[in-house]
Amino acid sequence: MGFFLETLIGGLMTGMLYSLVALGFVLIFKASGVFNFAQGAMVLFAALAMARFAEWIPKWFGFENQILGNIAGFVMAVLVMFVLAWVIERLVLRHLVNQEGATLLMATLGITYFLEGLGQTIFGSDIYKIDVGLPKDPLMILESTFEGGLLVNKEDLYAALIAAIMVVLLTIFFQKTATGRALRAVADDHQAAQSIGIPLNRIWVIVWCVAGITALVAGIIWGSKLGVQFSLATVALRALPVVILGGLTSVPGAIIGGLIIGVGEKLSEVFLGPYVGGGIEIWFAYVLALVFLLFRPQGLFGEKIIDRV
Amino acid sequence: MIYRENGQFKTNYQDDQQIFAVSQDKWAILALVAIAAFVVPLFASEYMFKAIFIPFLILSLAALGVNILAGYCGQISLGSGAFMAVGAYMAYNFHVRVEGMPLIISLLLGGCFATAVGMFFGIPSLRVKGLYLSVTTLAAQFFCDWAFSRIKWFSNNSASGTVDVFNLEFFGLPVVTPVQKYWFCLGILVVFALLAKNLVRSAIGREWMAIRDMDVAASVIGIRPMYAKLSAFAVSSFIVGVAGGLWGFIHLGSWEPAAFSVDRSFQLLFMVILGGMGSIMGSFMGAAFIVVLPIAINVLLPELGALVGWEVSTAAVTHAEFMIFGALIVYFLIVEPHGLAKLWSVAKQKLRLWPFPH
Repeated sequence: MGFFLETLIGGLMTGMLYSLVALGFVLIFKASGVFNFAQGAMVLFAALAMARFAEWIPKWFGFENQILGNIAGFVMAVLVMFVLAWVIERLVLRHLVNQEGATLLMATLGITYFLEGLGQTIFGSDIYKIDVGLPKDPLMILESTFEGGLLVNKEDLYAALIAAIMVVLLTIFFQKTATGRALRAVADDHQAAQSIGIPLNRIWVIVWCVAGITALVAGIIWGSKLGVQFSLATVALRALPVVILGGLTSVPGAIIGGLIIGVGEKLSEVFLGPYVGGGIEIWFAYVLALVFLLFRPQGLFGEKIIDRV
Repeated sequence: MIYRENGQFKTNYQDDQQIFAVSQDKWAILALVAIAAFVVPLFASEYMFKAIFIPFLILSLAALGVNILAGYCGQISLGSGAFMAVGAYMAYNFHVRVEGMPLIISLLLGGCFATAVGMFFGIPSLRVKGLYLSVTTLAAQFFCDWAFSRIKWFSNNSASGTVDVFNLEFFGLPVVTPVQKYWFCLGILVVFALLAKNLVRSAIGREWMAIRDMDVAASVIGIRPMYAKLSAFAVSSFIVGVAGGLWGFIHLGSWEPAAFSVDRSFQLLFMVILGGMGSIMGSFMGAAFIVVLPIAINVLLPELGALVGWEVSTAAVTHAEFMIFGALIVYFLIVEPHGLAKLWSVAKQKLRLWPFPH
């Protein structure tokens, strides 16, 4: 029982990290109808920017303070993501308004390639470290209830906490601010939003920027876990089943989907994996999402798809 | 002046239903095939065959398959790399395990297995649509990646999942040198292209297009979505499976599951979208573009760098290749969202009136 719970908790925390990446997908899809495959590349790009600026800026200005360096790196990375959002809107999205979904999808794949190349050209292609001081030592809880207690990774715990805070902040931003209201209006109906004077282009820049910051947070957490390297871009492929399971248009869906996929993945790997030779978590996540979709084709919380002839 | 259909009267149904309505088209295509078969081998070097022509032929075959599913039936699938893998590994198993199995039969049987797998993973398309479907087809991709590297039976118990084939022959004729391989691939491609062209202009092809344009409306006028969608998945994955077999047997010779990773699926989809959705010709153009582009960048970039006195390292070339590739794709999607095939048909329209447009 203790082992089961341990796996469960581990799964929930991984799930939180998946939802953080998935959130980026959902934000952009809601606001602009673009299924942004480049989210993974954005995670990599943001993490690279953060890691390198946190290293460069202290060197340039000659101070030796890690916290200050991290803050400077974070600010620079946010700036980079903002510029990126602006450039993407200006050069790509603006010209692809009203194209089919498949074309937009391919365009974001093009952006993916571009970002992967650009990131490694500017920031280098080695493995870099992000050290924001997440504690590495494991934590034992509930030692009185279970024999030996439950082993919880403190780093994961903090990461899950940060992810939760991020979600709360996003929800407040969407529900309580004027910009958030405009974003929701655009998500609901492009034309109606435009007709009451909401500038679509600016909204897109904002939403790509928010997605970029989400990517940055995801990149920092994943990067401090795994190191900032090329394979970080494949996190997107791990988060895709989360997005479709929760529904492409639903922020809470991304969270719940993340938790379901995280738990499903871990449990299947631990309890089913040994019988079939292991390594099943990546396709199991997709199959799990597929099973849910067979019952609800629009995902758990997605808007119902209504076809009219 | 040259490209004009004046005076070409269709006086019976047979004439009216031929593949190329304009006879210049027919002769141009025949000439193209003849050049590809007899003139190219005279001039091309071994490197050209290995790096450009053979990959181009095989990938156009695969793109053709993907185009049937994505372009004609409107089901965007990201699992084509997996179907290629199924074709390659099952063909390998027939090749190795059955004594004296002819090459072409094992390739076709590999294609049949790809059909079965494709139809299985196509079943969700009856309920799940659009982007949701694209993502769920990734399940096929990751499952096959996993199966071929973990289940040792598929790779004849080789430790790393790497398999190799050699001394291929086609009914007594050896398929060993690059030219022989080239002819072999060209022959298969021509046959399949002809079949595909006829398929998409027959009743079933029109059903696919109706489903693509709007599946609810199509089912209202009496088209069975299940039959249409699954048949598209079947035909598509058969062609893709045969292409996978060719890719492994003819192009690579020795391969591992990573040869058919998710990147391959994306690459095929790129070919279809850049070439033109719902166009046989577009598949070829897209394949040519995607095959030649990285090679061209690789060759040209260091020379351009040398021109301005700039030493370009290999790593920089790889990164620049990514950037240029990505940027070009976005550029093409912006200027011609309907693909290279659209440019081709515009050119034909213009040519009709040339040199007196009005």
